[in-house]
Amino acid sequence: MSAVLAPVLDIQKIREEFPILHQQVNGKPLIYFDNAATNQKPKRVIQALTNYYQNDNANIHRGIHTLAERATRAYEDTRLAMQAFIHAEHSEEIIFTRGVTESINLVASSYGRTFLKEGDEIIISGLEHHSNIVPWQLIAEEKKAIIRVINITPTGEIDLDHLKSLLTSKTKIVAVNHASNSLGTINPIKEIISLAHEFGAVVLIDGAQASAHLPIDVVELDCDFYCISSHKMYGPTGTGILYGKKELLEKMPPYMGGGEMIKNVSFTKTTYNDLPYKFEAGTPNIADVIALKEAIDFINELGKENIAAHEHELLVYAAQRLSEIPSVRLIGTSSQKVSVQSFVIEGIHPFDIGQMLDSRGIAVRTGHHCTQPLMDHFGLEGTVRASFSVYNTKEEIDALLEGLKRIVKFLN
Amino acid sequence: MTINETQDQIISEFSLLDGDMEMTVFYIMELGQKLPEMNASDKSELNEVKGCQSKVWLTANLENNGLQFSADSNTAITKGLVSLLVRIFNGQSPDDILSADLYFMKKIGMERFIGTQRSNGFAAMIKQIKMYALAFKSQLTTP
Repeated sequence: MSAVLAPVLDIQKIREEFPILHQQVNGKPLIYFDNAATNQKPKRVIQALTNYYQNDNANIHRGIHTLAERATRAYEDTRLAMQAFIHAEHSEEIIFTRGVTESINLVASSYGRTFLKEGDEIIISGLEHHSNIVPWQLIAEEKKAIIRVINITPTGEIDLDHLKSLLTSKTKIVAVNHASNSLGTINPIKEIISLAHEFGAVVLIDGAQASAHLPIDVVELDCDFYCISSHKMYGPTGTGILYGKKELLEKMPPYMGGGEMIKNVSFTKTTYNDLPYKFEAGTPNIADVIALKEAIDFINELGKENIAAHEHELLVYAAQRLSEIPSVRLIGTSSQKVSVQSFVIEGIHPFDIGQMLDSRGIAVRTGHHCTQPLMDHFGLEGTVRASFSVYNTKEEIDALLEGLKRIVKFLN
Repeated sequence: MTINETQDQIISEFSLLDGDMEMTVFYIMELGQKLPEMNASDKSELNEVKGCQSKVWLTANLENNGLQFSADSNTAITKGLVSLLVRIFNGQSPDDILSADLYFMKKIGMERFIGTQRSNGFAAMIKQIKMYALAFKSQLTTP
């Protein structure tokens, strides 16, 4: 029996769920291709935010009144939904943070400060976003630890042989992304995790670019930490999670002090709350966490594999159409990619391309995409990046090409 | 032509574009393409305008009591933008440059097609031009 080949998603119907898409920018219909930076929000997420403030707003966990109970339940429901979303074993392994950046800083600061010693090594890859570089540099400086960087191949993949040569008994942490924000490369994280574990290192995965596109099973991966940002998976900005293995999180000291994270406070001794609250000091971002559940449900209902199939089709189509322009060079040509296509056009600065496309209502990202070391590796100042989401269409890619061809004709 | 006459000329040229963003951006780039070539040796760190997102180089010389500017940028749009300033200020005296009131940006709706970052960069270019004017003014007045 053949697999389902007919398009399963009704893209026009899905587009109806995204109010922001139905507007004109500079007199042209908006075409939003900056999804790797943040994607747009379906009505149900926006409504959940409004509904919370209109009907349920209360501080969670400590109140005994009805509103506090409602808000607490909705907040904890998101934790359970996220647990299922990444197949975590325990709900207390899901810590709400502001997003991937805070999640990585939490681990670098709490785990790193506790367990790193002078001369220990942290391995990251040349594909990392600044937020998976700088937190490690900060803690490495403090603890006199050393950062090692895995080489990147010409197609933009992690060089596994180089990783193998870097791993030693000194390696304490390996931190890599699941998918690259600049190039889209999907990294073989299962293999990386297993290699790192042979040397007793813990592994943190930056899942910012994966959560809306790739299946995530933290138990099957056996990863120690996994970080997600809500706003890159149709959810609100300002929230996300850190997944951590329970036995690791239990050994780690609190990252911030305040309300919620304590059991007892006196001026001589304070005892800390249990997981996950030990890491959730202060009133959290309740509304956004609650609305995040709608984003998770949205993805689940469409089916991540269906979303990925549509986006992959767009990616292949975009790469093929871009190659019609001889002066275009695709950056990041791995066979395993999420729907991100970086490119440069010979003799034309990415800023000019971005501004020209904006004048036609097309939103792309230009610049170094917070991956300056990666751009240096390719000898580039920056690229143009078009990244696709479930609501994008081939017709929109055609419009992108039309815009690019005009620019090339004018400037070359 | 005075500074304000050139500004008025620019305003009237841009009004023909009728607010069409794409045509406006193309027009700006076209203006940049017409800017006289800058000496490669002048594109040095010393002549870089600080505070621009793109690279912009700007030099000035005094000729017959008026300033002559030369400029370039690594991006076509920024080159077009700096060309507007070169056109307005070329041949003007340091005093006129220092007391100039630039109103053309607002009239052509420049904030619509350059973002916040570029606006700051554009302000940095104007500041640099006024710094040159100040430097040459003191040169002229020093016996």
